[in-house]
Amino acid sequence: MMNSDTTPLLQVKNLHKYFPIRTGFFRKTVGNVRAVDDVSFFVNEGETLGLVGESGCGKTTTSRCILRAMAPTSGEMLFRTQEGQTVDLAKLDRRELRPLRPQMQMIFQDPYGSLNPRMTLFDIVGEPLLVNGMTNRKEREERVAELLRLVGMRPEYMQRFPHAFSGGQRQRIGIARALSVNPRLVVADEPVSALDVSVQAQILNLMLDLQKRLNLTYLFVAHNLSVVKHICDRVAVMYVGKLVEMADTEELYHSPKHPYTAALMAAVPVADPRINSGNVELKGEVPSPAHPPSGCYFHPRCEFVMDACRTETPVLREITSNHFVACHRADELKLPGIA
Amino acid sequence: MNTQIQPLLSVRDLKTYFMMDEGVVKAVDGVTFDVNSGQVFGIVGESGCGKSVTMKAVLRIVEPPGKIVHGEILLNCKTKDGDCQVVDLAQLDANGAQMRSIRGAEIALIPQEPMSSFSPVHTIGDQIIEAIMLHQPVNKREARQIALQMLKDVGIPMPEQRLDEYSWQLSGGLRQRAIIAMALSCNPRLLIADEPTTAVDVTTQAQVLRLLRNLQQQRNAAIIFITHDLGVIAQMASYVMVMYLGLVVEQGPVDDIFHAPKHPYTQALLRSIPSVNSTPRVELPTISGSIPHPFNKPKGCPFHPRCVKSMPGKCDVRTPALLPVGEKQWVSCFLYHDSEAAA
Repeated sequence: MMNSDTTPLLQVKNLHKYFPIRTGFFRKTVGNVRAVDDVSFFVNEGETLGLVGESGCGKTTTSRCILRAMAPTSGEMLFRTQEGQTVDLAKLDRRELRPLRPQMQMIFQDPYGSLNPRMTLFDIVGEPLLVNGMTNRKEREERVAELLRLVGMRPEYMQRFPHAFSGGQRQRIGIARALSVNPRLVVADEPVSALDVSVQAQILNLMLDLQKRLNLTYLFVAHNLSVVKHICDRVAVMYVGKLVEMADTEELYHSPKHPYTAALMAAVPVADPRINSGNVELKGEVPSPAHPPSGCYFHPRCEFVMDACRTETPVLREITSNHFVACHRADELKLPGIA
Repeated sequence: MNTQIQPLLSVRDLKTYFMMDEGVVKAVDGVTFDVNSGQVFGIVGESGCGKSVTMKAVLRIVEPPGKIVHGEILLNCKTKDGDCQVVDLAQLDANGAQMRSIRGAEIALIPQEPMSSFSPVHTIGDQIIEAIMLHQPVNKREARQIALQMLKDVGIPMPEQRLDEYSWQLSGGLRQRAIIAMALSCNPRLLIADEPTTAVDVTTQAQVLRLLRNLQQQRNAAIIFITHDLGVIAQMASYVMVMYLGLVVEQGPVDDIFHAPKHPYTQALLRSIPSVNSTPRVELPTISGSIPHPFNKPKGCPFHPRCVKSMPGKCDVRTPALLPVGEKQWVSCFLYHDSEAAA
């Protein structure tokens, strides 16, 4: 692991993002959807942090807050800039964010929806360069060619349009665009879930290779636990807007400490008919983030529930080195993981 | 495969082509398989391999310009007096009375997208009741009772209330269960599940899979399970068929497919998927290239441009036939035999 500095590249502290529910003639606020509810984590330079959870758990909202595609309700997001200063992304306004934007880029989920069909590859990959001051066309062409080679595509394709390419190739174009401005933090929101199985492996290998070569830091948002295990150094699990567990990948998969993480692991069907798996199911439904249950949000579905779980919200605490859990019973429970 | 019992569904050399202005897309190009009662038959393949079109052909819901140009789809139907009768669905009028009485009653479909499969302007109950009244001689009140029982069977809480709700009021998991309830409402003997869990989360997926497994055991229905998730196939199916670009490349019992795959495509596909058991951050073996566009389908074996064992002069000229290799597996590859598929 590249870790030149001991302070994390990104440190998120008590992040909240509420969406108000308005109703009536005067659009009075009657409640809040707690999409992100007191989330704290950190990402070290050069590593990949996976953010997993079911749909609606707030993983995408968290990543959008970090990129400041939306403003968080409260909390701090401390980012160590290229110059070595630490800034709080949550407090900056549009103008102050501009110079930081090239350092944080995004890879999108759907390579069919995220590329403008009327722009050539040169325009798509070169646009971030133009916006950031590379006005010389010749210079830009050279850089785009270099980027296309970097992601395993031929530079001659530069004048073609996205429709000429397959899903996997389009995702490579999206990666080339994200990398054009030399970012340090790359947020990848479900980058392979729209791709075919045989192409997924190619994109995952490319992302691992680029990370080694360019010392990138990934925040990898996904719901597929096999993909996350394959690419991440550490994994954070979210449930209804809260972070319930965060640990090193092997540790989290082998010995989960939160009953929800264990339930997720047990639900994954393994691609081997001789291993009986994927038949342990969670009872009930995911609660709505507008009306979360009292105490621990997971208590109505948890088989280890006790009285304290119904009233007290557990805090995220470090139970062993680098293993954070938000559960009252984390110390006593012995939960099965994946062998 | 059990040759003693007449299979429930027997597809013979099915070809479904799409006649486009730009040319002919051979979506399904000679597919043969048998499905027995009580069997979970898995079809695996990536996008464009023809797995969904095969199932649409069986249900006779291929949209124009698609057309079944060749082959037989033999369904073992029960007549009114309880006898068995074999009907060739490919010969029936797609909108005729007989096909309409089979579709939904004998063969039911669980579609991929639970959101777009229900009408948003009718309640869940009305839509299930409509299907029941179409196929069973019952009045509206009895149909409502059946619908209610179905919702209970698939484990929907508060079924009386849900029956009068609209699809958009339900969560993803409940909506998928309601679709399953509708598909099962007429006691079909063959259930086609087209990627039933791709749109839902792992925990919901586990619920849906258990539900399907229980229902299949209780009712002895056959399920054709289409998916690209090899984990789901390994846990659900007893017999697996692997498709690539409109052709069957391999079929056999699930254990042989996963532990002794014969075709280079099956082998490569199994190696390239990340698994929860694998070591993190190690490069995965991949299949080079991508799936060709259906208009530029390669000559000969469709997989040869991406195949590591491709034999020049053979694989790029002739298309291999699907033939038995070993005891139970069928493979279409020149590595194992030298027979060419009939043109």
